[in-house]
Amino acid sequence: MNLLRRLALLSLPVLLAGCDMVVMNPSGDVAVQQRDLILVATVLMLLIIVPVIALTLFFAWKYRRSNTKAAYDPEWHHSTRLEVVIWAAPLVIIVILGAITWMSTHLLDPYRPLDRIAPARPVAADAKPLRVEVVALDWKWLFIYPDLGVATVNELAAPVDTPIEFKITASSVMNSFFVPALAGQIYAMPGMQTKLHAVINKPGEYDGFSANYSGAGFSGMRFKFHGLDKAGFDAWAAGVKTAGGRLDRETYLQLERPSENEPVRRFAAVEADLYPAILNMCVDRSKMCMNDMMRIDADGGLGMAGIHNVLALEYDKRARRGSEAEPARRFVAAVCTPTDGAIPPRKTAARSDRPSPAL
Amino acid sequence: MSTSPDLAKLIFGRLTWDAVPLHEPILLATFAVVALGGVAVLGALTYYRLWGYLWREWLTSVDHKKIGVMYIILGLVMLLRGFADALMMRAQQAMAFGADHGYLPPHHYDQIFTAHGVIMIFFVAMPLVTGLMNLVVPLQIGARDVAFPFLNNFSFWMTVGGAVTVMMSLFVGEFARTGWLAYPPLSNIAYSPGVGVDYYIWALQIAGVGTLLSGINLIATIVKMRAPGMSLMKMPVFTWTSLCTNVLIVAAFPILTAVLALLSLDRYAGTNFFTNDFGGSPMMYVNLIWIWGHPEVYILVLPAFGIFSEVVATFCGKRLFGYASMVYATVVITILSYLVWLHHFFTMGSGASVNSFFGITTMIISIPTGAKIFNWLFTMYRGRIRFEVPMLWTIGFMVTFVIGGMTGVLLAVPPADFVLHNSLFLVAHFHNVIIGGVLFGLFAGITYWFPKAFGYKLDPFWGKMSFWFWLVGFYFAFMPLYVLGLMGVTRRVSHFEDPSLQIWFVIAAFGAVLILFGIVSFLIQLVVSFMKREQLRDLTGDPWDGRTLEWATSSPPPAYNFAFTPLVHAHDAWWDMKQRGYERPTKGFVPIHMPKNTGAGIILSGIATAVAFGLIWQMWWLAAGGFVALVATAIAHTFNYKRDYYVPVEDVTRAEDERTKTLASLA
Repeated sequence: MNLLRRLALLSLPVLLAGCDMVVMNPSGDVAVQQRDLILVATVLMLLIIVPVIALTLFFAWKYRRSNTKAAYDPEWHHSTRLEVVIWAAPLVIIVILGAITWMSTHLLDPYRPLDRIAPARPVAADAKPLRVEVVALDWKWLFIYPDLGVATVNELAAPVDTPIEFKITASSVMNSFFVPALAGQIYAMPGMQTKLHAVINKPGEYDGFSANYSGAGFSGMRFKFHGLDKAGFDAWAAGVKTAGGRLDRETYLQLERPSENEPVRRFAAVEADLYPAILNMCVDRSKMCMNDMMRIDADGGLGMAGIHNVLALEYDKRARRGSEAEPARRFVAAVCTPTDGAIPPRKTAARSDRPSPAL
Repeated sequence: MSTSPDLAKLIFGRLTWDAVPLHEPILLATFAVVALGGVAVLGALTYYRLWGYLWREWLTSVDHKKIGVMYIILGLVMLLRGFADALMMRAQQAMAFGADHGYLPPHHYDQIFTAHGVIMIFFVAMPLVTGLMNLVVPLQIGARDVAFPFLNNFSFWMTVGGAVTVMMSLFVGEFARTGWLAYPPLSNIAYSPGVGVDYYIWALQIAGVGTLLSGINLIATIVKMRAPGMSLMKMPVFTWTSLCTNVLIVAAFPILTAVLALLSLDRYAGTNFFTNDFGGSPMMYVNLIWIWGHPEVYILVLPAFGIFSEVVATFCGKRLFGYASMVYATVVITILSYLVWLHHFFTMGSGASVNSFFGITTMIISIPTGAKIFNWLFTMYRGRIRFEVPMLWTIGFMVTFVIGGMTGVLLAVPPADFVLHNSLFLVAHFHNVIIGGVLFGLFAGITYWFPKAFGYKLDPFWGKMSFWFWLVGFYFAFMPLYVLGLMGVTRRVSHFEDPSLQIWFVIAAFGAVLILFGIVSFLIQLVVSFMKREQLRDLTGDPWDGRTLEWATSSPPPAYNFAFTPLVHAHDAWWDMKQRGYERPTKGFVPIHMPKNTGAGIILSGIATAVAFGLIWQMWWLAAGGFVALVATAIAHTFNYKRDYYVPVEDVTRAEDERTKTLASLA
């Protein structure tokens, strides 16, 4: 494994010659480990691929029809020894690669808090991670820093060598939060939360964007990620603080409307609990929060009384996108059944950390 | 339309003059070309009085060979459309940097990449694969037709109905702007209120009926209609891979039908299967569509594997190495293809154990696939390789496909996928396996079986031109995308800021132009071969010194394929017959029972397409009336008792005597 990695790293300069492959030359520890994995897996597979390509070309040349000196054995079609080899050789590679996959997938699970910030540099016991709440909007990124009480649009900053803990959601459709230099991507989905843990090791300005197509403004949904040293980050945070502006619910509802190629915006203050409200799709106060609704459902629901609750539960931002007239949505206004008013028995719902409409 | 808006709405639904893209010069020019071409074709048909011939001999035909040929023609026509989309994307991405926003605004570009994916998979690869299976499988198993000949005709026309629906969206309204799998919430009514997604849904639903029925048909054919003596383990490998493919079709396509039905309920009836609110789950859609979508790629590639197996054995003049292991590999791939779907969305937040499970099952598929590659390799070993065009495609495939397989396994490692997912690396990977695997296989198959279908070979010079342009063009077009993916460039972007990327897109565009030459060479090859058909004529019926039963009959075969059903004693039945000095029967012919042509398939498909148009534009009278007409026509067809006939013994004798004379003159 170590030998493999060294071998892989040796071939790196050749690969990198000529262009800036950020995936192959990242600046964050998580992305570096992902890069190493790509190299190890590639080298492992080349052990099979290179001989196959070479043999294909060699056999094609050697057994060409004009070469009558080559052996010709039209009935030769079976060899148990060869069969064992051709099934076993890929099997061995896959067993090794499978083991690596199992380990690395658990180790690099984006939900797993970091235990190191670089090789041989474990996270200090008292280190406080930087928390960032990410919201994919149409078509820009909102970053809320709950520890600093500030928010930015299309600009992300973090101090180097500090674990960053992202909580990620979206306002309307699916996007994917991706800063290649920092760490792999994870989907941003409305009404749901995903997580990502990462760390940036080198100061610099890196590209971030949505890696999942989300509509007309998708191409411009880019931002800069600033990896800053401690002093630089404090200065940046102070700068945002003095920029003025406050991101409250009304501002958010304005911000959320579709727009393209948005410039950087900064908010010195953020209304408390804005992110939970976004996640639960109840920034608009006339809407019931999804987590409240789920709690009611978990307790058995409202029964027939719930019929009167539907308008407060419609969250999809209908016709926010297009110019076409919005088709009116119809709701059941009243229902009469012999069991009117009966409350169904209680149920308890399982909760999970994975993406689900929950907090 | 001006008298009463309500009346207009009742009659035309959502359809207004705005839906016709008079303000889009690109579309207008395209429309002009298509209209002129269409008028020219229709005019020529009328001038040469071919309408009756076309209707009697082709459109209403239930002959599996003719249906196969029509499928292939459909696939090639749609290839031109899908490839035009590809060229437009390559041109846009090569120019849209910085201040230059290219020539395609996002709303147009987004339709193009969606249409490109949908057309290439559903209306190019699928018809070509189904066409070759239709043409070859009954001949390979010594059958006279498929199990349900009318169903076959109906399936074909439903596929055409789907293709027509997609093509309509070009000139009336718009196509989906969602990507080829139309993930909600984006594809749901709240975020895509227009007709685009409805075109997508109904095109796939109509074509899906055809695909599913043709899958059932071919399974029944292969299971029930093999010549006596052809046990499963004596079946040609192409028939084996066709069987597995059709099992996959029958098991997978209903999932697509169901998931699209749920999406259309969301869009039409206000249900909440995949909405953000009211308990809908877009993640459910993503899971369901890939439970269909992953088997789909094996549906495409397994028949290609079968084609390579036939080609490599024939042109190496040698029995296929490891037949049994080839069959088991195919079956293992068939089963495993259902256990890997989640690798398309490792990034959706599943737990590490779930992600590893699907990553490892994906890697396991590479073991039987690797075994197949080795089997072809060792078939070449100690062979006498003739580098005819099908063999060139095969060697091009073996070299190219393993690279795509390698990048595929790389993408199956979840943490690696986190940085490569949705990037141009992924785009390069699946084009690498679909062009390098499926398309190369289809071209090998078309070249290989063309003389069987038409009685003359394809011109080898233009075939080689086509091969080399495709091969070199592929590397120029897609290797830069691997590099761009590693530079962190994501897919479906219509405008870039970083100028250092541009050179790679320009190289990719150059590659696309080379592929264009490859396609043009192929078309020239068809024309040149037709002109030189007397020179290229094959009278033996066995132009390549073949090994399987399709080469035992004349080229093109008579409608009944075989005057007497052949008896099979060994694997590679025809090779075995030739080795044992097989004597073709020349007398004692009997009348042959055959199915009769019917126009029901084309009529039903026409009505179904009209229903789809009504549903898309919300012309409810058309949708409802069409549906009633559809059911009525189907019932009326059940009263058609003129379904079969006997080829009189004189006709059989005449045809077979002629072949006897031809063969004698060659000897």
